[in-house]
Amino acid sequence: MNLRQDLGRYGEDRAAIYLEDLGYEIVDRNWRSASGEIDLIAAESGRIVFVEVKTRNGSGYGHPFEAITPDKVVRMRRLAAEWCAQKQASGVRIRLDAISVLISGGRVSIEHLKQVF
Amino acid sequence: MAVCKSYAVSLLGLNGTIVEIEAEISSNLPSFVLVGLPDASLSEARDRVRSAAHNSSLSLPGRRVTVNLSPAAVPKRGAIFDLAIAMAIFAADSKVRPDSVIEWVHLGELGLDGTLRGVAGILPSVLAAKRAGYSKVIVPIENLAEAQMVSGVQAMGASNLASVAAFHGARVKAVALVHSPVVATEPPGADHIELDLGDVIGQDDAVDALTIAAAGGHHMLLIGPPGAGKTMLAERLPSILPPQTHEEALETAALKSIAAIGGVINASALSRGRPFESPHHSASLVSLIGGGASFPRPGLVSLANNGVLFLDEAPEFQRSFLEALRQPLESGEVLIHRSSGVARFPARFQLIMAANPCPCGNFSGQARACVCVPSARLAYLNKLSGPLLDRIDVRLRLQAAKPAQLALASLGARQVGRSSTEVRNMVLMARERASRRLSGTPWVVNAHVPGSYLRRHLRLDSEIARPLNLALDRGKLSMRGYDRCVRLAWSSADLAGSDSVRAEDVAKAISLRGGDQVTSW
Repeated sequence: MNLRQDLGRYGEDRAAIYLEDLGYEIVDRNWRSASGEIDLIAAESGRIVFVEVKTRNGSGYGHPFEAITPDKVVRMRRLAAEWCAQKQASGVRIRLDAISVLISGGRVSIEHLKQVF
Repeated sequence: MAVCKSYAVSLLGLNGTIVEIEAEISSNLPSFVLVGLPDASLSEARDRVRSAAHNSSLSLPGRRVTVNLSPAAVPKRGAIFDLAIAMAIFAADSKVRPDSVIEWVHLGELGLDGTLRGVAGILPSVLAAKRAGYSKVIVPIENLAEAQMVSGVQAMGASNLASVAAFHGARVKAVALVHSPVVATEPPGADHIELDLGDVIGQDDAVDALTIAAAGGHHMLLIGPPGAGKTMLAERLPSILPPQTHEEALETAALKSIAAIGGVINASALSRGRPFESPHHSASLVSLIGGGASFPRPGLVSLANNGVLFLDEAPEFQRSFLEALRQPLESGEVLIHRSSGVARFPARFQLIMAANPCPCGNFSGQARACVCVPSARLAYLNKLSGPLLDRIDVRLRLQAAKPAQLALASLGARQVGRSSTEVRNMVLMARERASRRLSGTPWVVNAHVPGSYLRRHLRLDSEIARPLNLALDRGKLSMRGYDRCVRLAWSSADLAGSDSVRAEDVAKAISLRGGDQVTSW
């Protein structure tokens, strides 16, 4: 594992802890299919939440959320449908969220955007 | 997160509308949406604002930013909204105080590095803001001098985005806004005279005619061989006209401001001296009359507003332009219709046209013989159409100065040439007399008084008007020509300090007016 992957892994761990603290139940992590990967899949009051986590060290390359392009959102929707099909979870309510983990000066700040479509 | 507002001005012609800019930051993935009928250069504001904010240590929020420009039906153009857009976003992002931002109208274009650039049209925008009841504006520092021409408005100049943000409470390091403009050169005073009428050698009749034209605001046609001094005389007309009033100077500067390429007008445009425009005859119709794709700009006829429009070699101009002059000559304004609306630019100028008597230039010149065939000669001056010439009060034939006059002048015996200051005082007194006579009417100078008013209220004594009546009876003068002669006679009487038109004024008017056909004399 290289440094970039380490950073991503660390961010996902932090995001998972953050969600669990909020009462979410983590259902799946790093779920892969042919068309991509979903970082976190959680359940909250009967709703399946698909989460894209972006981690950045310092803000020199802009806000972490800026890296989530409209294309990426479209891909997440498709992946969410694939996941539901595979788990035979039809008729469930779903939501797409984004979480940014920003590490700067030894401090970690987490931002959570709900329903980013 | 709340919706925050800022204000800017959208211009169409000289008329401005206050544009309210609303910014909202919503919890969604970062994007920048700009709505409300922006044109291409305004849509690019997104990228300019983003970079300028980033380079001013004031990054945009990592959320969806929606900016709406209202009223949405008013087309908006250009980069003048950049500063106001940035301020609305910073206010919505709680980087600056929203209550401070909405007190000011923000105008200016942003560079990628956060510098604030001068833009065209600041003066009319500030005037529009004042009319709409806004009395505080922040403008680029280059435009501060023109913004401060508007009385009753507090204008501040900024050199970059950070300064404005800091002014509204942002915690960034920045230089303070400035209250007074940094002007490289002061605008020349109203009495400043560069070209003096005293330089003209001989040509007493022409100087006389120019003085009467200045006193009454009459249009002029000068016909004479090359070197007779047509251009020299025309260029000196502004120096003997009274200085512009404050309102006129404001209007003149506002037109220059819209037309300013590069966004900044020079100091002389803010002066009280009368504008003088002398386009080359190859100029395009749009550059002369005004126009432009979708968003109209004023042409030279409007830049000559309140001043002098000089057409050298008038018959060489496109026929379409000479005919297009008839609208501004008649109504004092130009209307330009475009998809975005109708722009109305004032174009009340004093026209001076100069022409050679024939294509070779020597017809009726004394020394050299004309080589033009009669048909060419006729065709040349016939390019000036009847309806156009009909609006010209003074038609003067010039001869080149005589060698004896030149010799006298070189000996320092400039006994006759009056200086511009002297003549201007005469013109001022004549205009005062005319405006007293015309008080209670919408007109201030003789040239603008319609014939019906002249005949009803300013009737000439029948004995004095006899030469005019005779010319009318013999068909030498049209009814309109008759009225023009009466106006000129009044200007002559005003200059002489007489309260009524005398026989010599009528005689002078007839000689200045000439016949109805230029080609026949």
